[in-house]
Amino acid sequence: MILRLSALFVMLCIASLMIGAQQLVWSDLFDSSKDAWLTLTASRLPRLIALILTGIGLAISGVILQHIVRNKFVEPATSGGLDAAKLGLLISLTMLPGASTSSKMIFAMLFCLAASLLFIFIINRIEFKNTVLIPVLGLMYGSVLSSIAEFYAYKNNILQSMQGWLLGDFSRVVQEHYELIYIILPVIILAYLYAHRFTVLGMGEEMASSLGLGYASTAAIGLILVAVTVAATVITVGSIPFVGLVIPNLVALKYGEKLSRTLPIVALGGACLLILCDILGRLIIYPFEVPIGLTAGGIGGVMFLILILRGIK
Amino acid sequence: MITVHNLHKTYGTKPVVTDISLEFPTAGITSLIGPNGAGKSTLLMMIAKLLEPSSGHIALNGQKVNNIKTAEYAHRVATLRQSPGFNLRLTVEELISFGRFPYSRGHLTQEDRDIIEESIEFLELEAIRNAYLDELSGGQRQMAFLAMTVAQKTDILLLDEPLNNLDMKHAVQIMQALRRLCDEQGRTVLLVIHDINFAANYSDHIVALKNGTLKFNGSSEQVITENNLKALYDLDFEVIRNKRGCLCNYFNL
Repeated sequence: MILRLSALFVMLCIASLMIGAQQLVWSDLFDSSKDAWLTLTASRLPRLIALILTGIGLAISGVILQHIVRNKFVEPATSGGLDAAKLGLLISLTMLPGASTSSKMIFAMLFCLAASLLFIFIINRIEFKNTVLIPVLGLMYGSVLSSIAEFYAYKNNILQSMQGWLLGDFSRVVQEHYELIYIILPVIILAYLYAHRFTVLGMGEEMASSLGLGYASTAAIGLILVAVTVAATVITVGSIPFVGLVIPNLVALKYGEKLSRTLPIVALGGACLLILCDILGRLIIYPFEVPIGLTAGGIGGVMFLILILRGIK
Repeated sequence: MITVHNLHKTYGTKPVVTDISLEFPTAGITSLIGPNGAGKSTLLMMIAKLLEPSSGHIALNGQKVNNIKTAEYAHRVATLRQSPGFNLRLTVEELISFGRFPYSRGHLTQEDRDIIEESIEFLELEAIRNAYLDELSGGQRQMAFLAMTVAQKTDILLLDEPLNNLDMKHAVQIMQALRRLCDEQGRTVLLVIHDINFAANYSDHIVALKNGTLKFNGSSEQVITENNLKALYDLDFEVIRNKRGCLCNYFNL
């Protein structure tokens, strides 16, 4: 099965490289007079790499959060993390106008981390833990953070531009404007090394402790990995909802949740979904583009609804 | 050997465990009994190092439990609680393999695999080893969790109400498995149990708590008497003993 998924992945990658406003003909790559190489290296390849890393990063973030919170409907978009990262980015933009990408990154990351910690603190205080109640609370919490961000943007007269660049969009990804996304690479490696521990984390604090796992420190590492991923994606491509929710749930239905075994499938699935959404976005109103935040939100939203209606356990 | 010294636990101002000192015997089954709110589970959780005592301490072979690291403690004491919130989609075999987590941290050795096989065989789970936990009945689930705890290969097992919500057949199966763990492998089992007849018939030793204090502590024959049980539960009891075992009747008396 992982073979079939890999084949799909390779096909999607090739399709993604071929499609775009600038016609790309493979034979031109051998003709130095054409600018096919430039299109490929300056735009198509960076875009594909950003798509793959973002897709993997978001799917893995979803899975990690779901294990920490022990709820299958949680992901950065339904736990306030995504909105907090946006708020952090906004504040760094207005307070430190000349801020470098790395300081923006740190702001977004710290906000995301703080918001996730607060979210976990809040849901731990709630006695009645209804499965659907937690993501609903998360969405409300996210909306509050989002409205703070909007008010802040309104005060600083950047409301319109904010709405524009915070909607996930890969058309801005070109050489020298996307390299921050590579920070997801070490996150993926660490997540894989910690996969087994994250599964134990998902068994709950008591069971994890009786298996000898340092619960708090492992959860903290997981939250940091999530915050780094969310911050890097928000800065480079904007917010993309639902990938972290749909893919882990689909994989769990079929392959279970022993992460040391299923994490590669989750990662590949996340990348495939995002590339697919991006290709669709590029084709719907060709040669123009629909932002991926819309296509991913649409496709992810529908799949999310189907999952709820099918009653995921 | 577990010893408890002047143990207190209060939640806010409410005392749950008050000045308990005792020594749990090694090898064999010890049942913690008592009415609801007696502090049985609280005591067990403190022994499991999942709950901090308010004062007093617990020692394992003379070493204070609080000075033992969580990772190290998992090699010596395994705990199984009720896990209604457990929602991971794992197969029975995958779950049991996590019993080896304290040793392997994810990379199973041949020895780990042998122990996993042994636990599956011990609890007769071969037929459902590849089934997902959420597809099993409550009894089968409980057997799978017990197998995971057994695979942890600790000298001491702590079980919090392992018979809750089980039918008679599964309850007997679990108690017989625990009996064999003690008799064949020399392990020590401490469990909180509500069914007085299971406690009377399968345990070597019984510790009875009431309102957070130690009420009785002794062998099964010493503790299970009509007078003791009446004092413990405020109910009239008729204790019938014959060579097959012991029956505590508390119906229609």
